[in-house]
Amino acid sequence: MKEGKPLWKGVPERLSHELKSVMEKLSLGGQLVQYLFTGVTVGSIYGMVALGFNIIYNVTEMINFAQGEFVMLGGLIMVLCAKVLPLPMAFCVTVAAVTAIGAIMERSTINPLKNTTVLTLIIVTIAVSILLKGIAMFIWGKDPYMMQPFSGTEPLHLFGAAIQTQAFWVLGISGIVVLLLTLFFRKARYGKAMLACADNAEAARLVGIKVNLMVLLSFALSAAIGAAAGAVITPISLMEYDRGALLGLKGFGAAVLGGLGSFSGAVVAGLLLGVVESLCAGFVSSGYKDAVALLLLLLVLFVRPSGLFGNVEASKIKKF
Amino acid sequence: MLRLKSVHTYYGKIHALKGVSLHVNRGEIVTLIGANGAGKTTLLRTVSGLTPAARGNVDYNGQNITRMQAEEIVRCGISHVPEGRKLFATLSVRDNLEMGAFVRRDRGEVRGDLREFRRKFPILSERWHQMAGTLSGGEQQIVAITRALMARPELLILDEPSMGLSPVLVKEIFKIIRRLREEGTTILLIEQNARAALHAADRGYVLETGRIILQGTSQMLLEHNEVKRAYLGKGYREVWEE
Repeated sequence: MKEGKPLWKGVPERLSHELKSVMEKLSLGGQLVQYLFTGVTVGSIYGMVALGFNIIYNVTEMINFAQGEFVMLGGLIMVLCAKVLPLPMAFCVTVAAVTAIGAIMERSTINPLKNTTVLTLIIVTIAVSILLKGIAMFIWGKDPYMMQPFSGTEPLHLFGAAIQTQAFWVLGISGIVVLLLTLFFRKARYGKAMLACADNAEAARLVGIKVNLMVLLSFALSAAIGAAAGAVITPISLMEYDRGALLGLKGFGAAVLGGLGSFSGAVVAGLLLGVVESLCAGFVSSGYKDAVALLLLLLVLFVRPSGLFGNVEASKIKKF
Repeated sequence: MLRLKSVHTYYGKIHALKGVSLHVNRGEIVTLIGANGAGKTTLLRTVSGLTPAARGNVDYNGQNITRMQAEEIVRCGISHVPEGRKLFATLSVRDNLEMGAFVRRDRGEVRGDLREFRRKFPILSERWHQMAGTLSGGEQQIVAITRALMARPELLILDEPSMGLSPVLVKEIFKIIRRLREEGTTILLIEQNARAALHAADRGYVLETGRIILQGTSQMLLEHNEVKRAYLGKGYREVWEE
């Protein structure tokens, strides 16, 4: 690590770093509450990234490795917008902008590739993620960007722990996202049509579903969710051009852990990963936290290859 | 109603249909018979738009649908039950049928149709909330046919509806097909079991390596020596020794 580079590069690193300074003042119970809360906050971001993976996976059976980049763009565009617009407006503009980027990505790189394999498409998304990262570096440079929390910097004191108010924003927004998505896929005509495309694209065409429209919709939707996650987490974790990869990896871990395609699984697994990481960083060492998260992922997959909440029957039917 | 004029279709690089012309009149059951690889499935896929024709014309009710996308053709009133059923395996039976009505806007009537099908096929009710992929072959075939019917098609295309089913179920499926015709649906059918198909159908076409070599009423085809020898397996020896 270069001299002068901030230690708090990853999300939990910064949080735990911040926590270490106040830790001496806290009782064990207070520490626990603090770590749990940090874990849940970070975890809900992982959960949202995992949801983004799942939406595209559910429609196309592919993994969009540019998902983390949507989060990064959400954060950086939010920083830009928040300077000139009131917060709610800035949030909406950010989500709209990244949604448009997701849609453009699908139309320009995924849609033109007719009759190709899922694997090729996955490789294309990796290329897009590198491209987006490069563009972000040109626009914003390499330094992390800061942003004011949505409702003041004064922390809230709860059970002997100091909680940043932004954490409540993170939890609230991700809760709303989960609720809306669940309703959309369970009840809405287009939600079900998107799932139908994933099961069998040819049969979907035969009942009159425009499959390539659904794929476009899935990219737009997961870009929107990624943007929302990026916009709310930036005041806590800062944001820079290359943050997407790590967030994407953790989100992917959460998606697999929860069972690819399962929305509730993604959220629970995201929270679980976040909490385990945070507890490890707090009580053991922050150096091991990524390892602990991945170890947990491996253990679960040994026992249940379809993930914690993956539908075993569905995973038998699906390709991978 | 449906008219194909010297249609050529390529399936990948294979020249699968080499100038096929046929027609289906309103209210008829028409069947295609032919060996594996003769182009039967390709012909159905050409009609429903999954594998569009390279040359020739497909007309439906006087409208040229040769270049139309599959998702638009179903809106014209043609529903295709594909080979191997192709259900939405992870969706429930109920959602599969609802998706069948994707092109319809009359929500109240869609609900009415769902009730109607549950009454007609009690097995659907029993499996209503189960994932379609977990159903048995016969149950899946019934879901596949009702899903296609949910679009209220004028023309129903069936690709091997009896494939992989027990003889009892095959009879059941043919009963359904006859009932559909009585209710006014026109049917274009491919069947491995050529005898059963010809018994159910009004007319038939015999397809061989991408060309129609014979056509006529079912009665005529059932009695045709060549058809008997090649597709019905009846009186094989007698014909052979002639």
